[in-house]
Amino acid sequence: MKLILAVVATDHTQVGGGAPIFYARSEEEKNEVALLIAKILGAAVHDLQNGVLVIVQH
Amino acid sequence: MSHIFTLLAGTGAGFLARLYMLRRDYRQYPSYPQGWAVHLFVGFIGAAIGAVIVPAVLEKEYAAVSFLILAASQFREVRNVERLTLGAMESTELVKRGTAYIEGIARVFEARNYLSIWVALAVAVTAELWGGSVWEGLGVCLLVGVVITLLLSRLMAGQTIGDIATVELAEIQFDNALLKIEETVMMNVGLETARSVYRERGLAAKIMPKGPNAKATLANLGQMQAIAHDVSAMIGVFMDVGEQEFIPLVRRNPDNGCLYLVMVPSEDDQEAFLTAVRRVPVLEGAVRKPLTSKAGKMLD
Repeated sequence: MKLILAVVATDHTQVGGGAPIFYARSEEEKNEVALLIAKILGAAVHDLQNGVLVIVQH
Repeated sequence: MSHIFTLLAGTGAGFLARLYMLRRDYRQYPSYPQGWAVHLFVGFIGAAIGAVIVPAVLEKEYAAVSFLILAASQFREVRNVERLTLGAMESTELVKRGTAYIEGIARVFEARNYLSIWVALAVAVTAELWGGSVWEGLGVCLLVGVVITLLLSRLMAGQTIGDIATVELAEIQFDNALLKIEETVMMNVGLETARSVYRERGLAAKIMPKGPNAKATLANLGQMQAIAHDVSAMIGVFMDVGEQEFIPLVRRNPDNGCLYLVMVPSEDDQEAFLTAVRRVPVLEGAVRKPLTSKAGKMLD
């Protein structure tokens, strides 16, 4: 089963809801945080192409 | 004592046939030496059963024949054991075999024992019919054994992807985060670092089915997973535990039935990559032949 483990975003107004949300101050920090979380959880980072990254367990 | 030659020749031939069929290749399955020991012993039992049937019939020991046939039914347990073993080891594979491949392997191992019974039976009949000297009889038995073994393994040999499809290199393209091959979206790669790995080291293949039968066969999910697993086993995969971005993926283009494989191999050798894809076996359970049906013929 696929599961969204975390959401990483820069814009506070864009995301909300059940999964853990991590806010980043810049694009670089967003990518860095997403990579770190993905490595910790052994999951994959997917780009929703609206500035939001989701970390998904496949 | 009169049947001792028949028993020895039949059992020996069946055992040797099983040994011949235990080929070690890139899959390293059955594992060596314990896996071999298991299969050779089971093959030996099968060979003995095949060899004993002939003298038992000649001596009119029909109860013994019934028991021997009953014993042969035990070989179906081989399939269960193989399935359980491979299923248990599945979680230790970086790229999963998939249940269809496991079923295929289990079936092959069961079938090979029956083949060794057939070889033993054929050689035992030959030995029993042979009236000449023992040494000549041995030569004739050897010949019959070799011919039957080669014939049966030829009949049992399955096809490979190269037989049913044309395989060529394809270009990996990125549309922002989407990894595409010829307009077919393979996956969403979120991180630029991962995308650059695909740009620098990634390889992709296009697998074009030859005809509707091949198209239906390649549409099988188990076959698709088997391609990903086997290619990774043959040329290695550039990934570590938990790096889901780099898991080899096979996707299908619904328009024309083509499959696309994308992966990051551990060595960047395009010819080796294409050869590996062509050498993947076609799973027996995946084979479909829509052209043999009336509706299928109407579509062609």
